[in-house]
Amino acid sequence: MRELLLVILPLAAAGVAAAWPDDRTRPLLLPVTGVAHAALSLWLLIAAPGAALTPWFGYDPLARAVLPAVSLLFLACAVYGVPYLRLRGERPNRVFVSLFLAMLGLMSLAHQALHLGVLWISVEAVTLSTVPLIHFNNTARAYEATWKYLLVGGTGIALSLLGSFALGYASLHGGGEGDLTFTALIAQGAALSRPWVLTAWVLVLVGYGTKMGLAPMHTWKPDAYGEAPGIVGAMLAGGVTTVAFTAILRVRAVVDAAGQGAVTHRTMLALGLFSVLVAALFMLATRDFKRLLAYSSIEHMGILSLGAALGGAGLWAALFHVWNNTMTKGALFLTAGNIRRAAGARTVDEVRGMAWLTPRSAMLFVIGLFAVTACPPFGPFFSELGIVRATVAGGHGVVAALLLFCLLLAFCGMTRLVFAVVDGRPRAGTRKGLDRMRERAALLVSPMALLLISMGLGLFTPRTLQHCWQEAVQQVGGEVPPAPTTSADIAGATATDPVTPPPPVLATTHSSKPRS
Amino acid sequence: MSENLNIFVGLAMGLNLVALGSSRLTSVIRAAAVQGVLLGVLPLLMEEFHWMILVVAVLTMLVKGGLIPSLLNRAVKSANIDRDLIPLVGYVPSLLLGATGTLAAVAVAQRLPLLPAHAHTLLVPGALASVFTGLVLLIGRVKAITQVCGYLILENGIYLFGLLLLHSTPLIVEGGILLDLTVAVFIIGIIVDRIRTEFDTLDTHKLNMLRE
Repeated sequence: MRELLLVILPLAAAGVAAAWPDDRTRPLLLPVTGVAHAALSLWLLIAAPGAALTPWFGYDPLARAVLPAVSLLFLACAVYGVPYLRLRGERPNRVFVSLFLAMLGLMSLAHQALHLGVLWISVEAVTLSTVPLIHFNNTARAYEATWKYLLVGGTGIALSLLGSFALGYASLHGGGEGDLTFTALIAQGAALSRPWVLTAWVLVLVGYGTKMGLAPMHTWKPDAYGEAPGIVGAMLAGGVTTVAFTAILRVRAVVDAAGQGAVTHRTMLALGLFSVLVAALFMLATRDFKRLLAYSSIEHMGILSLGAALGGAGLWAALFHVWNNTMTKGALFLTAGNIRRAAGARTVDEVRGMAWLTPRSAMLFVIGLFAVTACPPFGPFFSELGIVRATVAGGHGVVAALLLFCLLLAFCGMTRLVFAVVDGRPRAGTRKGLDRMRERAALLVSPMALLLISMGLGLFTPRTLQHCWQEAVQQVGGEVPPAPTTSADIAGATATDPVTPPPPVLATTHSSKPRS
Repeated sequence: MSENLNIFVGLAMGLNLVALGSSRLTSVIRAAAVQGVLLGVLPLLMEEFHWMILVVAVLTMLVKGGLIPSLLNRAVKSANIDRDLIPLVGYVPSLLLGATGTLAAVAVAQRLPLLPAHAHTLLVPGALASVFTGLVLLIGRVKAITQVCGYLILENGIYLFGLLLLHSTPLIVEGGILLDLTVAVFIIGIIVDRIRTEFDTLDTHKLNMLRE
């Protein structure tokens, strides 16, 4: 029952928010729901429920490995949302608050969907609920970004439905009786019709890949993230993308079971690497720090896809990276929102010397920069290290080298822009903006908490989480689960003996042999 | 039975070409609307009568043939334009592309393994051709309303494909109606924006502030 509450609670709160009469007190519903949702999902993380409620829906290991991160991010955004919406008192917030809550409920549904149709419907609903959120600022630029988001995202979501139909037909052709739950599809395995499975995989990967923001389907991302309020950008980059990622993982498990593991492995590896490369190149060129974060998100989606492609230890590290990406992106988008509001602009041509004007936000932005570019002791360092190690262990030395090179480019691109914004003398015009926005503690607590979690994940990676990820890998990644590796182990091995042979568990599981 | 079905799907494929070849927004909208109604009839032809099938048919006809086109016509009125004058891909090239795409769809569909019940229908070629037509309109037209029509035709193609699953899982086919909700959001976006600002044209070329 608890897992159902994760969906019902935010949706009910959304209903209450829609009926709530007062604009000033309505935002308080955000943290109230956020606390309840986070408490529930953490409780479910520690004490996993038994069998799934229905074959269509349940808190399975994959949901357990990812959903709590989204829940924590929502809590941080909700706490930030109260002072933020107070600052934006001139805009009515009825639609914003109710859709923000509805989005959480629908994301919880999408993460727990064990049925092809339910999964698609919930992802579609998440997409639609975010449209007015991106348009919150109500400017011509926001309108343009929303239009692109709808057009590109809508086409992506349509193609993923076509892919879901194709997978359904593969099952039907293979003698299935129309049971489209993932368990039933995986059980059908090699009986699934091969051409239809491959068609389905391409369409689903393109469709959900668009939602995830993998290059070359990423074109909506810089616009939408750039124009949306920071709080929405945080939820899009840290929450909605994870929904698409788990959707891809679930479908991939079916395609692997049909004996097409080699295809999924190669396509995800190629798309992941291409995304990282494209993102890194654009990060060197952009002059807008919110668009920079969007490119960083594309980069990290690429890393996720690459890690997942490797299966086994790579997938384990990718799930770890989902948590790290969620926390660091959340922190960066929220602080970027602070800086943008204080400066009144978003490009390096207009914004300088924010260390003078908003010292605390600037400091958090720089710390976030180091966290997201994988500097120890933050979590991303350990998860990316895990992915690089899995790449090398899988015999893809060239891929690993390219990945590291792209990460270096991304680091250069990010530091160039962030320090240009933070350092230097403030422009005369920006000083005036400061009166409009003092740095309030309420706007700093959330990003700080997210960064602390990110650091905590790096330093102490809780055992429970490690086991969760391991179970999830067992569920979707293949037969050989990796032994739990603590980040301390990884760090220790690297620090003391860089040529430690990879443990045997790092063997990849993308074998093309059909599973019995 | 499958003959009647093929006549309807064939008509829908013809309407794809009409949509590709006409410059007047109202005729593109009409083509998409008639196509929607034709598709709505299909479930009744394919299956024995069952209330679930009737729901799919009626909902499809109402939404694709009535609600969405009327919203689109409202958008056309509020935008006060009637033609997509300078498309990215011209009308004759679009038509040629569409015709080639339809032929390719038939060729591809013959190579895909189909169940005996679907082997002699035009469902798969029709679906592929409509998806292709929709994509050409989405990419090749610049007016927001024509792009929405393209999306609508793309969606009709997906619906056609979904009909293959109608017998086994009618619910997932109904779920596809949610795509129409996306279309509705598109159109509401256009109308709301018309009310909010007064652009002269509804030209997506003007949506070009955001770029690197």
